[in-house]
Amino acid sequence: MDGVESQIAEWRAYVAKAPAVNGRDVDELEAHLRDQIAELDAAGLIADEAFLVAVKRMGDLDTLSREFAREHSGRLWKQLVLRGEDEPARPSGGWSEALVFALAAAFAIQVARLAAQFPQEQPGWLLRNIGLFVLPFLAGYFARRRQLDTRGWVLTAAPFVLVALVVNLYPYRAGSATELLVALHLPVVLWFAVAYPYMGGTIRSHERRMDFVRFTGEWIIYYVLIALGGGVLLLLTGLILQPIGIDLDRVAEWVLPSGATGAVIVAAWLVESKQHVVENMAPVLTMLFTPLFAVMLTVAAATYAVSGVAGAFDRELLSVFDALLVVVLGLVLYAMSAREPSRPAGLMDRVQLLAVASALVLDVMVLGAMLARIGDLGLTPNRVAALGLNLVLLVNLAGAAWLSSRFLTGRIAFHRLERWQTSYLPIFALWAATVVAVLPPLFAFT
Amino acid sequence: MHIDKDLVAASATPLVLAILAEGESYGYAVLKRVRELSGGELEWTDGMLYPLLHRLRRLGYVTTEWRTPPEGRRRRYYAITDDGRAALAEQQRQWVTVTRALGDVWRGSGGLLTALGEA
Repeated sequence: MDGVESQIAEWRAYVAKAPAVNGRDVDELEAHLRDQIAELDAAGLIADEAFLVAVKRMGDLDTLSREFAREHSGRLWKQLVLRGEDEPARPSGGWSEALVFALAAAFAIQVARLAAQFPQEQPGWLLRNIGLFVLPFLAGYFARRRQLDTRGWVLTAAPFVLVALVVNLYPYRAGSATELLVALHLPVVLWFAVAYPYMGGTIRSHERRMDFVRFTGEWIIYYVLIALGGGVLLLLTGLILQPIGIDLDRVAEWVLPSGATGAVIVAAWLVESKQHVVENMAPVLTMLFTPLFAVMLTVAAATYAVSGVAGAFDRELLSVFDALLVVVLGLVLYAMSAREPSRPAGLMDRVQLLAVASALVLDVMVLGAMLARIGDLGLTPNRVAALGLNLVLLVNLAGAAWLSSRFLTGRIAFHRLERWQTSYLPIFALWAATVVAVLPPLFAFT
Repeated sequence: MHIDKDLVAASATPLVLAILAEGESYGYAVLKRVRELSGGELEWTDGMLYPLLHRLRRLGYVTTEWRTPPEGRRRRYYAITDDGRAALAEQQRQWVTVTRALGDVWRGSGGLLTALGEA
């Protein structure tokens, strides 16, 4: 039986190498293998034969690990790039490809900058189009990486062309509020347009949507890290070059736009090929900030409830609350993407629910006061945009809180929470697109 | 008889849920039960059962627990939940409809086939 034991150990080690199969799964598969061997033994096969038959019945290990990967893409996410079934492994991680796209984006933004004579001049068209100089390259990078067919490329390009037309054909008045709103919302619309090539065209798949949410979260982490490093580098360069008469502003003028756009692609490439570097970042960030936000929000909600909200509300407040809800949503999504879906509800889930609920209470109070004020002040593009975003976020978080409380009481599986978020994604895209395409004509491009 | 791969895949979920509805069980025993029920006609690749079971767990249709029975080795046991029973009932409705439709049409054409055979 000794020979079989070592064969089983070898088999086990081989199975354990599959990234989407974790230790408990290997235990489970091994128990199965041993049951099978025992039964074949009892039927009179010699040990070696029993092992071979049992292994054969278990099936081809590559197919099996792919099947595991399909089910546990969250696990896989932490360890390697999710490849298409037939896409060959790329040992280099495709860095040269990423570099080409990053350089192209850096070049494009530089051309645009020179054409606009930024920063001496700050024409509206540069502001409006800024996303269009960067994100098409990201989309192109993913379209190439996912090896989309012609139809896929056309569908990837379509939203960009459409948006470019809308943004450039509308007759904005110089320095108008709608122009600024478009500049703020366009990158969001385009980011969702990147989702199409990112998911390889399978935008209906909720699993792939969740992957895109993860990608977005990790991309933000990487981008912030690169930005910090880049800032330090730039500052030091400026300080070193100052004695020989080169001005920091002049250096920044050239380096900053190209660096910032190139980093968009580089961060995406890092997420794609080096997930394991930050695999622990999302859980750590969530663990750290969820309780802090819970405390801050609960205290704020209690204070507002006691002191009343009717007092001094200025116009900025709604935007502040929009930002707050975006951050809370970010926390919820980070926590979700870092979570093993089958784990039962824990303390962190309760703390998170508390944070979300407090944010909701706060927001409802502010929203009520704001709606009353808008009756007096009238609607402006800014107020509509802020109010709409607030409602979109409010509904999302209210739904998340409701489902989360049902999950905590054990009435539904965690999977339902994920479903809610992944089903809600198109609404964010739709709202951003509305602000870009519908709001300006509605307010006569003021 | 070789059963089409797609058909095997489509019947896997209701079959596993139905077996777990008989009582909690573990992977190897579920597979044995499948063989038993189909008289060995439904051939599954053993390993493929596990991703399926894990999917059912993610959907909240089953719960799992590691246990070591008095005689035997440590295994992961799967038990069906209320959600799982609801999903099973829904699957049952669909399959009954499909099999009834097939049964009806085959009874009709069965007459024709016999007639052809006699001719």
